[in-house]
Amino acid sequence: MPIEFPSRPALVAYVTCGDPDLATTLDIILAAIDAGAGVIELGVPFSDPVADGPAIQRASERALKHGTSLDQVLKLAREVRKSRGAGLIIFTYLNPVLRMGLGRFAAAAADAGVDGALITDLPVEESHEYIRMMRNRNLETIFLAAPTSTEQRLRGIAEASTGFIYAVSRTGVTGARAQLADDARKLVTRLRRHTKLPIAVGFGISTAEQFAAVGEFADAGVVGSAIVETIERNPGKEAASVAQFVKQLLAGRPQTSAVSRS
Amino acid sequence: MASATSTKSRNAAGGKKLAASDNGRFGPYGGRYVPETLMAALEELERQYEKARHDRRFQIRLDALLRTYAGRPTPLFFAGRLTQHLGGAKIYLKREDLLHTGAHKINNCLGQVLLVERMGKHRVIAETGAGQHGVATATVCALFGFECAVYMGTEDMRRQELNVFRMRLLGAEVRGVNSGSRTLKDAINDAMRDWVTNVRTTHYLLGSVLGAHPYPMMVRDFHKVIGRETRAQILKAEGKLPAAIFACVGGGSNSIGIFHEFLKDKKVKLIGVEAGGRSDRLGEHAARFAGGSPGVLQGTFSYVLQDDAGQIATTHSISAGLDYPSIGPEHAWLHDSNRAEYVSASDSEALEATTLLARTEGIIPALESAHAVAEVIKRAPKMKKSDVVVVNISGRGDKDMGILRESLRLG
Repeated sequence: MPIEFPSRPALVAYVTCGDPDLATTLDIILAAIDAGAGVIELGVPFSDPVADGPAIQRASERALKHGTSLDQVLKLAREVRKSRGAGLIIFTYLNPVLRMGLGRFAAAAADAGVDGALITDLPVEESHEYIRMMRNRNLETIFLAAPTSTEQRLRGIAEASTGFIYAVSRTGVTGARAQLADDARKLVTRLRRHTKLPIAVGFGISTAEQFAAVGEFADAGVVGSAIVETIERNPGKEAASVAQFVKQLLAGRPQTSAVSRS
Repeated sequence: MASATSTKSRNAAGGKKLAASDNGRFGPYGGRYVPETLMAALEELERQYEKARHDRRFQIRLDALLRTYAGRPTPLFFAGRLTQHLGGAKIYLKREDLLHTGAHKINNCLGQVLLVERMGKHRVIAETGAGQHGVATATVCALFGFECAVYMGTEDMRRQELNVFRMRLLGAEVRGVNSGSRTLKDAINDAMRDWVTNVRTTHYLLGSVLGAHPYPMMVRDFHKVIGRETRAQILKAEGKLPAAIFACVGGGSNSIGIFHEFLKDKKVKLIGVEAGGRSDRLGEHAARFAGGSPGVLQGTFSYVLQDDAGQIATTHSISAGLDYPSIGPEHAWLHDSNRAEYVSASDSEALEATTLLARTEGIIPALESAHAVAEVIKRAPKMKKSDVVVVNISGRGDKDMGILRESLRLG
């Protein structure tokens, strides 16, 4: 099933699975979808999350304490898919996928009803076999583009990506920031020369204002650390808090820019 | 496995030669597994390094610094009393411990700092385990006037207190890392996070043959001088090549440095010694070949200590410099292709080796290097008296006095 961004900007919501536990993560995801999130990134906790800031590091540690695994995240995806049609992306570091085996991962992901995956530490030039396995199962391969990416790299990223491209708004690790860097707009403009795919901007978006601003130049905004922090701050009422936060983010969207595209 | 399969075609070529190919592969191992933000910086570093490598002026400058600042060449010393005590092979010690800052690490730091200058960057970051690489980095940054931040696990800061002070005295900022097991691996995570944030102005001076391409190849090249000197020195002293060379393996920089010159001499056994720690249970050692399996950690595909779900295991070693769950990708290839042999020595064997070398030769090795000595103690007695072996004493033990005092009850 193709990933759709029905309104602009669409919300791509990241959740670290297993934080605080898998049952709660399921509730959170369902609540986020019902509140209007278009795509869910199911974050697989990893022991050494080098691309992540403090919020997702802490969430990963909490999730790993009770042994959350890629296997369990795929089962969770299957649960979500039973009742919801939103886009589901596995968001992970490479090693858990390697340990499972690329072929097994692609088969299990397809079987669970997942739409695609993004592997943080797998750049395009190392992804040949991964792409082949994913294509075999009709799964999308989403890659990161960064402000530091050269034109040549952006071209490669555009060629290897399906579904959408994840444009990293600034150099740095994940985490909420007060201001969105100017880097983001420039990067999206550069990327547009190489692709017709939807572009989602992420890293640092935490307010409705920032989210709406992203809509001026991109198809979707990814919100991760701010959701993870909402979960952290609201023990016992995680799903309701996330739903409220998602509604808040989406309420900032200017009505006029609700352009339908797929 | 991604790498094993995605490099099938490269494998065939890679299998015939032991040197890294252009894409940074050693057989199936190595590669470049980092977030996209860092890719351009790695490409730039590779370009600059390739240019520098073929630039005579760069080599002349590096050689001069190694000679006049670091103190190369280091001696190859015949350990007569240790040889007599063990009653077998003739044992020579390659004295990297005599270098400025007390370990081989300075070889690589001088090479990389010259690259930093060429790239026009002015800030340098590094990780450190035992503190030797941190001290060497702080030293070259002082020498070149660069800003320097060193990431170090707080557990390592505790056990290598003296080196923390040395780095600060040299003007570096030491940033304590509190995540995970608070050791080398966690320090690298935080150094990578700094780099991904400040990549436009900052060079990551990685201290071992680890990480994404070109680091394993480049750091190896800067340490090859150890093996080049050893070869000339042993030929002069004995008129023949050694039967075996012993070196400890954390990330694997001193060992690859001394091994490389002998790779084509198939009769020279190359023996890498990993940290056996307290026991062979996962979490209590850092013996990657005995307890690990192929995986990707911190930019490279190599042997990794991990659980069934692909989470990286914690490690333990009495020596902070060997306390790391992965190993340089070239070692993974030397292991699989049977060109080098890897064994491990326990914490207590390393302590015994330290004492023995101190009392027979008046040389106190770093606890890391003591692991290599421990293996020689096991093997030399079984070898012929006409056999010659070389042990790389990669660093000196001054930094370990605190741990040695806690562990050895003397008089």
